[in-house]
Amino acid sequence: MVTRRDFLRMTGAAAGTAAAATIGVESASASHLELDEERFGVLSDFTQCIGCRRCEYACAEQNGLPHGELKEYDDQSVFEGMRRPTENALTVVNRYEPRDDRTLPLTTKIQCMHCEHPPCVSACPVSALEKNPLGPVTYDASRCIGCRYCMVACPFQIPAYEYHNPLTPEVVKCTMCQERTLEQGLAPACVDMCPVEALTFGRRSDLIDIAHERMRQNPGRYYDKVYGETDGGGTSWLMLADRDFEELDLPRLSVDSPADPTESLQHGIFKGFSGPIMLMGLLGILMKSSSDARKYDQEDNHE
Amino acid sequence: MSETTHADTGAMIPPAQKADGGHHHHEAEPMQDVATVPFFTPGVKFLAVLAVGAICVLAVRFIWGLGAVTNLNDQYPWGLWIGIDVATGVALAAGGFTTAFVAHVMNREQFEPLVRPALLTAALGYTFVGLGVCVDLGRYYNIWHFFVPDMVNGNSALYEVGLCVCLYLTVLYIEFLPIVCERFVGRVNLPGGLAALNGVVDRMLRVLQASLNKVITVFILLGVTLSCAHQSSLGTLMALAPTKLHPLWHSAVLPLQFLLSAFAVGLAMATFESILASRAFKREIEMPILRRLARFIPMLLTLYLAAKVIDMANRGTYAYLNDFSLQSISWLVEVVLGVIVPLLMLLTHRVRRDPRGLFTAAMMIVLGVALNRINVFIIGYKPLYAEGPYIPAWTEILLTAGFISILVLLYRGACWIFPVLPKEEEGGSHA
Repeated sequence: MVTRRDFLRMTGAAAGTAAAATIGVESASASHLELDEERFGVLSDFTQCIGCRRCEYACAEQNGLPHGELKEYDDQSVFEGMRRPTENALTVVNRYEPRDDRTLPLTTKIQCMHCEHPPCVSACPVSALEKNPLGPVTYDASRCIGCRYCMVACPFQIPAYEYHNPLTPEVVKCTMCQERTLEQGLAPACVDMCPVEALTFGRRSDLIDIAHERMRQNPGRYYDKVYGETDGGGTSWLMLADRDFEELDLPRLSVDSPADPTESLQHGIFKGFSGPIMLMGLLGILMKSSSDARKYDQEDNHE
Repeated sequence: MSETTHADTGAMIPPAQKADGGHHHHEAEPMQDVATVPFFTPGVKFLAVLAVGAICVLAVRFIWGLGAVTNLNDQYPWGLWIGIDVATGVALAAGGFTTAFVAHVMNREQFEPLVRPALLTAALGYTFVGLGVCVDLGRYYNIWHFFVPDMVNGNSALYEVGLCVCLYLTVLYIEFLPIVCERFVGRVNLPGGLAALNGVVDRMLRVLQASLNKVITVFILLGVTLSCAHQSSLGTLMALAPTKLHPLWHSAVLPLQFLLSAFAVGLAMATFESILASRAFKREIEMPILRRLARFIPMLLTLYLAAKVIDMANRGTYAYLNDFSLQSISWLVEVVLGVIVPLLMLLTHRVRRDPRGLFTAAMMIVLGVALNRINVFIIGYKPLYAEGPYIPAWTEILLTAGFISILVLLYRGACWIFPVLPKEEEGGSHA
């Protein structure tokens, strides 16, 4: 039987235990990161891209990934199938058939979109992935536990994984050349290398203005949308194309980040562990009252 | 163990030790004292072979990496081990907290005999959930980062699941300690020169037993609370992937559905394993208790079914049932055979009274909820750029089968050594 003293003691202990479990949560659950007004991004104008794949070369070189001679990247046969970023290629270019007789094929460059409110960052239990207020979504392998929930969470299916590394596998994705952009104030390697200025590096808000200006000045050239302006809650990487982005295998996303609903759910229930503490208190009351009810029943029976 | 020893120990265990908050009015006994079957049967040997296979797979995984033994790739980062060993494992270990709730929180003492077997299942189940996670983690040695305040991410459902599972596993071990004490108090028998310490160890065990008696209530409440928290958060995990999880399962109320299905499957699993254990040790099935417990299950299944059907109606996802795709068929099997049919079965008096009927219904619920977790984590997971479906490698299947085998062997071993299964009454009849 649970006596009153037992009950008081146990609710006290309950609060203590739950509070102890909460210390970490409280400090980390400060919701949305304040993004810097000056945060930067990249505008990819696919209508200007010539499919030379020099961005792929620059990226591999910058990130110490295996790459051949520059001229090997002239090989256009890779466009026969669709490619995705891998552990050895953080960005890849794909080619799509011309929209109609009067236009050329369209080539698109894909890499991490650097979401404004990234689901991968929301998913990562140990903050190995973080959103830098200036734009890049960074990865710290030394924190990573290798759970790969970021890969489940990414709406663009970007992160790759070193499955064949038995001891120190890493999640691999574009970092927007954080060592160049964040530390040296330089443009990412791919942007630097692009010979036709299909890629523009700059302040994200400026890039959005530039994109809309191009659409205004070139009627008919562009599909009426800057992909990434609001998609999935907005991304640092922005895209212009001549057709619906779904035809280019980019997902149709709502204007909210996929992380919004789950985060508010987590916060609603677990903020300061108030939910669990209340639940435990209720269970305690239930336990006490059902025990009392039984005791009185038995006493009644004895009389 | 001989008949006399057993009688002796019976005399040596003072009745006082069973007065732990009034929770143990029934008695349990180790199977080694009473079993009419040998420990090693052909079935046990078969499980041992699977276990050895799993250990070989483990060796390859840790030497050559996940890529050497799994069909995981950048499109399918999670496979069989997360879908079955972790997600399904957590669901099927729900018997621990649901029986604790019924017997201890609601003070329905008649269900007490089911608590210990369910607790053992939960303790072993969660142990293997933890092991399964560690095998799947690329950098398992960093798991302690979950406890570094500077790193933990309160926004992450996975952080919440991981933390709760760790805490709950600790709670389960603590809840199991009284059973260990009960086994050894009054019969501490250390080998050789250590025998001199028998008295000291016995006194220590009695102190531990007395202390546990005082605080066990807190751990019971904590166990139920932690279970509710992470059973639901396991659903939140996949709610984060709206573009990948098939609309038949993706929903904002996925956490609620996970919680409600855990309630239902918890009691079904307790029934299922009780009947299995009785059969394994050739003992009488606890029909009078199971029959009463079975009356709760239709109510819980109805709540779960309502959460699924109302959500489906709200979002209009029934349209996908016409697809005749793997996903639509799997959904129908999950809901019709795993929820509706056993629900109707358990509503009839005749099925609840019939050991075979009750076993079948309980098993259908267990398989139905297991299929739900597999659907959410594997079959319903449709990555955007996948070139084909994920089909687990034979090594993934062997590891999962081997882990389940080890779990069953440990369960059998624990029932053999510790007083887990209820004592059969004289004459062998409960009625």
